[in-house]
Amino acid sequence: MIKLDKVSKTFATGSIAISDVTLDVNKGEFVFLIGPTGSGKTTLFRLLTREFLPSKGSIIVADFDVVKLPSHKIPNLRKKVGVVFQDLKLLLDRTIFENIVLPLEVVGVSSKDAIKRVEEVMEDVEIAEHRDKFPIQLSGGELQRVAIARSLVLSPDILLADEPTGNLDPATSKDIVKLLQAINKKGTTIIMATHNADIVNYYPTRVVTMLKGKVARDQKKGKYDAS
Amino acid sequence: MTLLKTSWHHMRRSPYQAFAAVLIMMLTFFVISVFTFVILGSARVISYFESKPQVTAFFKDEAKKENIEALKEQVVATGKVSETRFVSKEEALKIYQEQNKDDPLLLELVTADILPASLEISTYKIEDLAGISEMFKNSTLVQEVIFQKDVVATLTSWTSAIRRIGIGLISAFALVSTFIMITIIGIRISQKKDEIEIMRLLGATKWYIRWPFIFEGILYGVTGAFFGWLVSIILLLYASPFLSTFLKGIPLFPVPVLVMGEILGAELLIAIFLGMFSSWLAVLRYLK
Repeated sequence: MIKLDKVSKTFATGSIAISDVTLDVNKGEFVFLIGPTGSGKTTLFRLLTREFLPSKGSIIVADFDVVKLPSHKIPNLRKKVGVVFQDLKLLLDRTIFENIVLPLEVVGVSSKDAIKRVEEVMEDVEIAEHRDKFPIQLSGGELQRVAIARSLVLSPDILLADEPTGNLDPATSKDIVKLLQAINKKGTTIIMATHNADIVNYYPTRVVTMLKGKVARDQKKGKYDAS
Repeated sequence: MTLLKTSWHHMRRSPYQAFAAVLIMMLTFFVISVFTFVILGSARVISYFESKPQVTAFFKDEAKKENIEALKEQVVATGKVSETRFVSKEEALKIYQEQNKDDPLLLELVTADILPASLEISTYKIEDLAGISEMFKNSTLVQEVIFQKDVVATLTSWTSAIRRIGIGLISAFALVSTFIMITIIGIRISQKKDEIEIMRLLGATKWYIRWPFIFEGILYGVTGAFFGWLVSIILLLYASPFLSTFLKGIPLFPVPVLVMGEILGAELLIAIFLGMFSSWLAVLRYLK
């Protein structure tokens, strides 16, 4: 489903974000991507969605050769990969419903089908009662659920969640991970970047550790160890 | 529908910018409408005069009726004359009295003696007027000759001057509108930078993002054109009674509704093009 082969990214400033990363993620896997701030987790996600190109190496995501993908086909890739952004990237002047329906509008789904799909996803992530509220009216955990709902609305093959439990209390964090696991059980491949040691240790699954832009460890049932 | 909704949403968020864009478009199309009316009207006036090729010869007081008749026969014999009409001093006075019936002072001052008798000659072709005019000028009976060619030439030169000024003004306004629209759409794009970025990350194509801005430009153009046209029509209707008195005899008023509709249609097409072009330039400049 995801294959990175000796991928490096050096920015124009000369700073090396990731170096020589090789990683395979199979269909239906749930992977924790851990590492300290600046270790390259977010850069890796941005490479997977072709926000920018790697300096070296090849990337395959859901049958798309990300490096060779022409610009006009980038939207096709992004429709296959749902992203829960670290800063959520919700539109503050739109209601929760309007935020979630956005990806469906972008791909041109009919109004009737879009409403039906958004309502389904809102039920799944348990935010149906907030349909007509604005983001500012919701708590941190609820906003995370909105971001997850928006990333799921196109039924992507892959979900990249960048620090979805950051700034959340432990109980809410666990709820969010439970939600992601439930989504994973339905067949969506999930990579979740996190600093949250409790969460990683509580749910034994594959853990990829990044340090200084490199993959330091890749354990099938790992524990949080970012040293 | 989504496109219209998104564009409307953009406009509602910054009403002053939207108002400025509509206002400049309205001004541009008001100028276009006014000059269109003036140019179409003057063309109509010219064709009215051209359709009535006429020479009028005013006779000296001492000219005798039989001599005038002989001159008339001579002119008719050229075969270029379609119609002749003799206006005696008494008839000239009647015409004068009719034209000035509301001004007793003017009526008191004038008697039949001071008005000259005249002969109005119409030709089949406007180019024959000069020859006929020359015949009259060579006659000792004739005091003065006027013919429509002079009127048409004066009107034509006025019309072409008005047309040049109109084209200059319209071009200047269109240019200013385009720059203002580019700036306004550019500001819109800058304001929506984060939203645009999010949409891109969610898989929106370039054109999905661009269209609402281009459509917004079209909406400004169309709204401005409609109101510019409307204001000019209101002014035209307001000025119609005065103008129709001033241009007495020339069948110019009322302006047919169809003509007004055609002008609106043409202006809406230009507005769509102008709005689209300027917002497209803004999109190219600010949405790379």
